[in-house]
Amino acid sequence: MKRRDFVIAVPAMAALPAVAQQQFARTQDVAPLIAKLANGVKPEAGGVEVELPAVAENGNSVPIKVKVPSPMTEADHVSAIHIIADRNPRSLVATFNLGPGSGRAEIATRIRLAGSQRLTVLAALSGNRYRISQQDVLVTSAACLDDSL
Amino acid sequence: MLGRLQVPPTAKKGEPFEIRVLVQHPMETGFRRDMNGQSIPMHIVNKLSCTYGGRKVFSAEMGTGMSANPYMSFYAVAQASGEVVVEWSDDRGDTGRVTATIQVS
Amino acid sequence: MRLAAILAAAALTGAIAQEPPRPYPSKGGIEFQSPTVRAMQVDEFANPGLLWVERGQASWNQRCVGCHGDAKQSMKGASARHPRFDPVLGRVVNLEQRIDACIVTKQKAAPLPYESEELLGLTAFVGAQSRGIPMQVSIDGPGRATYERGKALYNERQGQFNLACHHCHDSNYGRKMLHDTVSQGHPVDWPAYRLEWQTMGSLHRRLRACYFGVRAEMPPYGAPDLVALELYLGARAQGLAASVPGVRR
Repeated sequence: MKRRDFVIAVPAMAALPAVAQQQFARTQDVAPLIAKLANGVKPEAGGVEVELPAVAENGNSVPIKVKVPSPMTEADHVSAIHIIADRNPRSLVATFNLGPGSGRAEIATRIRLAGSQRLTVLAALSGNRYRISQQDVLVTSAACLDDSL
Repeated sequence: MLGRLQVPPTAKKGEPFEIRVLVQHPMETGFRRDMNGQSIPMHIVNKLSCTYGGRKVFSAEMGTGMSANPYMSFYAVAQASGEVVVEWSDDRGDTGRVTATIQVS
Repeated sequence: MRLAAILAAAALTGAIAQEPPRPYPSKGGIEFQSPTVRAMQVDEFANPGLLWVERGQASWNQRCVGCHGDAKQSMKGASARHPRFDPVLGRVVNLEQRIDACIVTKQKAAPLPYESEELLGLTAFVGAQSRGIPMQVSIDGPGRATYERGKALYNERQGQFNLACHHCHDSNYGRKMLHDTVSQGHPVDWPAYRLEWQTMGSLHRRLRACYFGVRAEMPPYGAPDLVALELYLGARAQGLAASVPGVRR
């Protein structure tokens, strides 16, 4: 290695950890996914009630309840509820399809969360309308880990 | 595949009633490795649907972000006494089905 | 005279250090879990462990019902009395081993391996028949030596962390370790569904995890030492109501 190359390489190596850290994107940009699910329409904030534990103690199973106030008639109803977790390797967790036969736009389930992150719930309403709710979830890990036994 | 389905035994016509489903499935994400370092292939239930009195009232498309042994609850409007059928399938083509009846007055 | 007093005091503190007082009042493991996990366990429909109970019922109807009839009657309290001394085998067995012994000797079939879905299912199903029944294991008579072995193991320092069971579960229960609350270490809700495992697991799997936690060598599933420990834990939980299937973080 020439002296000149070495002089250039050393500061570059020192900068490496910082660069490596930046390469691990902490979250994905879910805006394109939301835009796709919302058919390009800008979702209206609010009007989606999301119930999550204040601190999720295990990311393997986080209970979530979603409620969208709606008359649930043929003309005006919630047609889908999407759950999006931007730090999960596959951010679209699930899509629940409802209709006027549901009577109530309310679902409950258990989801995986790969660490603390922002959770997005998107509701699709009849007439190409969309509502969105975003909230941060804190996910902790257990003291007694023993996976792969 | 083993699953559990819960509906109230009776409901009033025109009122929504809750349907709860629990399915036994590992919901392997495809991101885990076993003790030998071998990648465990993805294996998930990705589709579930529910009909009531022959009419579709609910369906779900699921990814690896759903917990193992997936659980969900949703609603349907009571119309007439009849059968609630929940069916699901995984990404290997295995299917499951559970049914329950409800009396509507 | 003074020397004798000091020696007596030393002997007394020595004895206390060896066997600290048992937790009082006794509280089952679920009492140390979060509201979320508690809600999951008490949910008579959505407790995921009930999937294994259902699976176990199907196995029961195939394998066991011919001799044992309705499990509601014949298996009531069975898991609250295990581990117990088996006169035919000549040793103390836990519920899993009791089921397997029945399968091998009576049905002339291959034993179900530990942590297999079917054995977990049968154990959970039989365990569920003892819901609400207080633990009542026998430690007098031929099982005594096993109990003493279990007690010694419970109080013995182990692993790189050099911890005995009592350091967590007698002296520090109710306190926090990371975000976990340390329990009293009672075995009454097992087999249980653990969120960490994303599946059902036996008490031996949980105990092995404890060995792993203190960086000690894990005894194999069904090892005499684990059964001895299980018997000591059962006696220690005397009077606590069983509530299988449990749910844990």
